Amino acid sequence: MISLLWLIPVLPLTGFLLLAFFGGRLSRWQIASVGCGSVGTAAVTTAIVAADFFRTFPDQESYHQTLWNWIDTSGMTVGISWYLDALSLLMVAVITGVGFLIHVYSAEYMAHDDGYARFFAYMNLFVSAMLTLVLADNLLLLYLGWEGVGLCSYLLIGFWYREPEYGTAAQKAFIVTRIGDTAFAIGLFILFTQFASLSIQQVQSRAVEAWPVGSNLAMIVAVLFLIGAVGKSAQLPLQVWLPDAMAGPTPVSALIHAATMVTAGVYLIARMHHLFALAPMVQEVIAVLGLVTLLLAASSAVVQTDIKRVLAYSTMSQIGYMFLALGVGAWSAALFHFLTHSCFKALLFLAAGSVIHSLHHEQDIFKMGGLRRHLPWTFWTFLIGAAAMSGVPLITSGFYSKDWILWSVWSSPISHRWIWFGALFGAMLTGLYSFRLIFRVFFGEVRTQPAGEPGLAMRGPLVVLAFLALTVGFLEMPHTLGNVTVFSDYLSHALPTTELLPGIDESSEAREQLAVTVAALLGIGLAALLFLPGSLFTSRWADQSTDHPSMTLLQGGWGFDRLYDRLFVRPWFTLTRYPHDMLDRGYEWLAVCGKSCHGWMSYTQTGHVRWYAATIAVGTLMLLGLFAM
Amino acid sequence: MEILFYIAAAVSFLATVRVITHVHPVHALLYLVVALIALALIFYLLGAQFAAALEIIIYGGAIMVLFIFVVMLLGPLAVEQERTWMTPHAWVGPSILALVLLGEVGYLIAAGDHTGSVIAETRQKGISIALYGPYIIGVELASMLLLPGLIGAYHLGRRLSREGRGC
Amino acid sequence: MLSTPALVLAIMLFALGLIGLLSRRNILYMLLSLEIMLNAAALAFIAGGARWGQVDGEIMFLFILTLAAAEVSVALGIVLQLSHRFRTLDADAFCELRG
Repeated sequence: MISLLWLIPVLPLTGFLLLAFFGGRLSRWQIASVGCGSVGTAAVTTAIVAADFFRTFPDQESYHQTLWNWIDTSGMTVGISWYLDALSLLMVAVITGVGFLIHVYSAEYMAHDDGYARFFAYMNLFVSAMLTLVLADNLLLLYLGWEGVGLCSYLLIGFWYREPEYGTAAQKAFIVTRIGDTAFAIGLFILFTQFASLSIQQVQSRAVEAWPVGSNLAMIVAVLFLIGAVGKSAQLPLQVWLPDAMAGPTPVSALIHAATMVTAGVYLIARMHHLFALAPMVQEVIAVLGLVTLLLAASSAVVQTDIKRVLAYSTMSQIGYMFLALGVGAWSAALFHFLTHSCFKALLFLAAGSVIHSLHHEQDIFKMGGLRRHLPWTFWTFLIGAAAMSGVPLITSGFYSKDWILWSVWSSPISHRWIWFGALFGAMLTGLYSFRLIFRVFFGEVRTQPAGEPGLAMRGPLVVLAFLALTVGFLEMPHTLGNVTVFSDYLSHALPTTELLPGIDESSEAREQLAVTVAALLGIGLAALLFLPGSLFTSRWADQSTDHPSMTLLQGGWGFDRLYDRLFVRPWFTLTRYPHDMLDRGYEWLAVCGKSCHGWMSYTQTGHVRWYAATIAVGTLMLLGLFAM
Repeated sequence: MEILFYIAAAVSFLATVRVITHVHPVHALLYLVVALIALALIFYLLGAQFAAALEIIIYGGAIMVLFIFVVMLLGPLAVEQERTWMTPHAWVGPSILALVLLGEVGYLIAAGDHTGSVIAETRQKGISIALYGPYIIGVELASMLLLPGLIGAYHLGRRLSREGRGC
Repeated sequence: MLSTPALVLAIMLFALGLIGLLSRRNILYMLLSLEIMLNAAALAFIAGGARWGQVDGEIMFLFILTLAAAEVSVALGIVLQLSHRFRTLDADAFCELRG
């Protein structure tokens, strides 16, 4: 049954093709069934494949399936071939499972949109591309999925293409990630020229043999791959596209943030971990990048007024945690946070979508309030999501994953203490911005009258995701609490286990956990203090003045947009405008030259057959003369 | 043998010169037929009997007949020339050259040198084997060339007849 | 052997054909000249085949024959069309493709 693996990416692709070619002729009900059905069957197939995979799992760590040879020239063989191991199975399960829930949710959310078939077609293609990415056996196929994901994000962010600014946001996402893609492609070329292979396993085993730790080539390739990952995962300095990507419909944001796209970078680094292990300095860079991003994004999230932008910055921040974990060599912790994050972030986005839906597409949190009683389902699920994100201890999954990351940072030999403090501060900020949303949106007086709870198709996924956001964390519990290691045992077959500093014991772990708990609760308490209506400081912060320079700086995501605008966009536009005449003169000259040459040559076309025959004869004579010489 | 070759060469050369210098199409065609027959004789002398036969049958026969047909079909253009074409002296030149060739062939038959026909048998076999062996692609290409030739000729002729009916 | 004089004859015939092709304006004569040139080429192949005792020369002759048959059938159809349309056989009159 494991041979059904190829069906997993093919099913959503089939859905895409069906919807793309026949979408116009199908009814809405049929479109929704095809769109959700294809991803749903992919999820079921994943379950079947996983069941078969686990029957022989620890003995047989990976499964390899080649469908056909894609490119086969001398010295280069690239197959359409899939590679399933613990890591890719985890990714596939999340992508199909969470993706399916998001599809079901969108069936209702998008019900009144004109581009219903187009929407589901893009969504299916998105899922298919992401599955190709994670299942690819070689780097070229991975790159195909990588680019497919980029294309679909462009299509979906600009889904409402009649609004010019949405189109701009889509282009921004595409162009910014393109910078990363280019670096990734160059890294791929270097690997190919060095090892004459593109297979991920082969390349890495050969790299480990050929390159000593810290060698130049390993560093260069690792840096190029890191730039690629940074572009896709919206980390510093290529993070600017993510907040603008909120232009797309809310389920798209959920898909981009939870199941596909932004986690591609995390996957890439985890997949190429042998390579990154050869470049310890790059790993440190990853950790620092993750830390800086998570702090920047968290601080920006605290002051955003658009509900979706808050969530966008929070994603950046949480992915920052994953990068931090990858950087300190806590591979499993990063993937665990990916798992919990995809559950609670999908939940948060879908719940936010439900809020937006019932408020007639109002996204400003200052115009919301008091929705607790009107939207109880949404409120409770949103609360669970926010609690999981801020890491409310013991009961939420976010606590276990974040605690694991922070513990790894604390105890890792390649980390520093100040990184841990930064991450701890980030955890505090997470609590602050998550509960700021809760208190703003669901408490206080009603500012916009809601239309009522959404229907079953939207509530169902919310409940399932809320359940997952609470329980997924129990797959891995620290030594001090239960000592469950299901997840790390499982992933230890695909990723190296985390190294710990010598002399670390349980008491320091307990102390560290206490610090994390306190930080999260402190953030929540601070949020209650500042934003809960009726509390001490609320009146002073109620009409948050946004004209203060530090506020605008934070709201603009630390001014990276303006910086890039000044640094790249405007100079480029000036450059293209300034030598307009000179360059154009050159091309015009070329055109004039071609035209006059054509004029002269056309005199030889006399229309007289005998003239042609004569020219042929003369040409033959000249050729013969050439041979004679 | 060599003298036969030189006579045939002279005949074909003279006939060809007359082809390109003559003003009447039918005369030119007659000279061309003579030139082709002379060439066929040269092919025979070079040991290519099969080619010689084909030269006479297909070139001298089929293709030249096509030309004659077309000259006749061009009637309206040529009608005033009709009378001048049919003068007796038009036949003199070709006839003389043809008689020379006839004499040569007669000499060849009378000389009784038939060794060539024995060689021809094995040669013929070799041609067939080569044609359907290494040259099979060439045969395919030739058939692909003939088919458009057929269709093209049909198409061009059909258009003419329709316009001829005044449509 | 006769191959060398045969090649010389082939060259002479080819030159005659070329002269005819270039000097005659009547399109019918141009076609005849083309036939002469094709025959000259065929003679060269036959002579080459005779020189080396190979059958390839004759095979090339067969191909030339095929080519000539296809060419003549189409060309004569065109001649008929042209004479029908333009009421002349002057090749220089058909110059509508002038650049």
